[in-house]
Amino acid sequence: MTASPLLSAFRSSLSEAWASGAGLLLPLGFFAGTATMVPFTLGSEAELLSRVGPGILWLALALSSMVTLERVFQADLQDGALDLWLQDAGSISLIAAIKTLTHWLVSGFPLVLLTPLIGFMLGVPSEKMIPAMLGYAMGGLVFFLWGGVAAALSASVSRAGLLIALIALPLYVPALIFGVQMVEAGIDSPSFLFLSACTLFALGVAPAAMGAALRLAAE
Amino acid sequence: MLSYLANPLRFMRFSRLAVPICFALGLVMVGWSLYNGLLVVPPDERQGGDLMRAMFTHVPSAWLCMGLYAALAGASFVWYIWRHELADVAARAIAPIGAGYTALCFITGSIWGQKGWGAGWHNLILGDSRLMSVLVLFFLFLGYMALRAALETRQKAARAAAILAMVGMVNVPIIKVSVDMWQTSTIHQPSSVISIGSPTPREEGSGMNPVYLQQLLWGFGGHTLLAAAMIMMLMRSEVYTQQGDRLLARKLEGA
Repeated sequence: MTASPLLSAFRSSLSEAWASGAGLLLPLGFFAGTATMVPFTLGSEAELLSRVGPGILWLALALSSMVTLERVFQADLQDGALDLWLQDAGSISLIAAIKTLTHWLVSGFPLVLLTPLIGFMLGVPSEKMIPAMLGYAMGGLVFFLWGGVAAALSASVSRAGLLIALIALPLYVPALIFGVQMVEAGIDSPSFLFLSACTLFALGVAPAAMGAALRLAAE
Repeated sequence: MLSYLANPLRFMRFSRLAVPICFALGLVMVGWSLYNGLLVVPPDERQGGDLMRAMFTHVPSAWLCMGLYAALAGASFVWYIWRHELADVAARAIAPIGAGYTALCFITGSIWGQKGWGAGWHNLILGDSRLMSVLVLFFLFLGYMALRAALETRQKAARAAAILAMVGMVNVPIIKVSVDMWQTSTIHQPSSVISIGSPTPREEGSGMNPVYLQQLLWGFGGHTLLAAAMIMMLMRSEVYTQQGDRLLARKLEGA
């Protein structure tokens, strides 16, 4: 297999993200919006906000990963790109992995870059910022991978947003728990290792499941 | 046994007898354990007095909700690899029963825990790690059923649902461990039906009081039989539905 289908998958999902205009800004806006709602619901005590801040950001990250999931594979199914990729036997899992990574790059990674700003606004202590960003980067990847499985499974369902959320949220639990613990305990804690294990596990298992689901969706 | 029953015809013949037998036996055993558990055995003050009687439903349903998810994944696996129709019928039937037992486990657990662990409702339901992992399992069942319902053709629904069940199964142990680590000091007692350090010890560190254990074992057996009977009932109705569809299709073709 040549690298060209992979490259085309990478390029097409990048250009989709740019071309759809708000596509890139949507999760960013959602992430920032959710985080800004927090003081309204929990009150404005500085001590409380700085304590719950990292957890709130985790929640916002998990929810904003949902915003774009629905379109990740549906667009490929509708414009026939999926069928073309399937012609190249055996590569569909890899393509799914590439698509997820690109998806993470355009709508997950910007959230990581936005973290210090929102974290600062919530009063998260600065020494927690680096573990938090690292955790969000890895946790976001886990979210997009399992969410990608849910999205691939329901690619042929119209208006699948809520279905994807229902399927994917239970799978988010481990990364969420270890991620929050890691932000508390720092990079040299076992939680960091557990979160890394979760990321590697998702990287190993999810693409195969996505591949099987996409093959099904294309039929 | 399983490969013998893999033939739908043989399954229908077997289940026709097995459903009423399992149902009757299960009802008697559950009834016996409930009668003894609710009315006869003495309440255990350390376990919340009379509230601990929820145990005779809670513990068997906890065993069943884990067991049924494993069964769901197993049936999905068999269907996915060998495309055996009856395995998919089984998976389809297991899901609602499993969801029901997770709900039952969760509800009885929060009733028992209301006083049993000296914590308030709110603090308990979303604050206890073992109940939380049951709740996550409940959502896994719900997601499975929702996916099945959303896909249009039966074949597609079966395949997608099987993939989801298998993905869920490899994640269940991780979820369980992570939820356990989320709360290092759970208010739930350690699992202890047969092991040492039990919920209702005669003395510190000894096994479970045989008075309770006996009723629990009746509950285990009874609920397992009941669940088996309900699953077989759903499977039978599904097989009949498929047969009906096939007959209808043949009739329409002939006409």
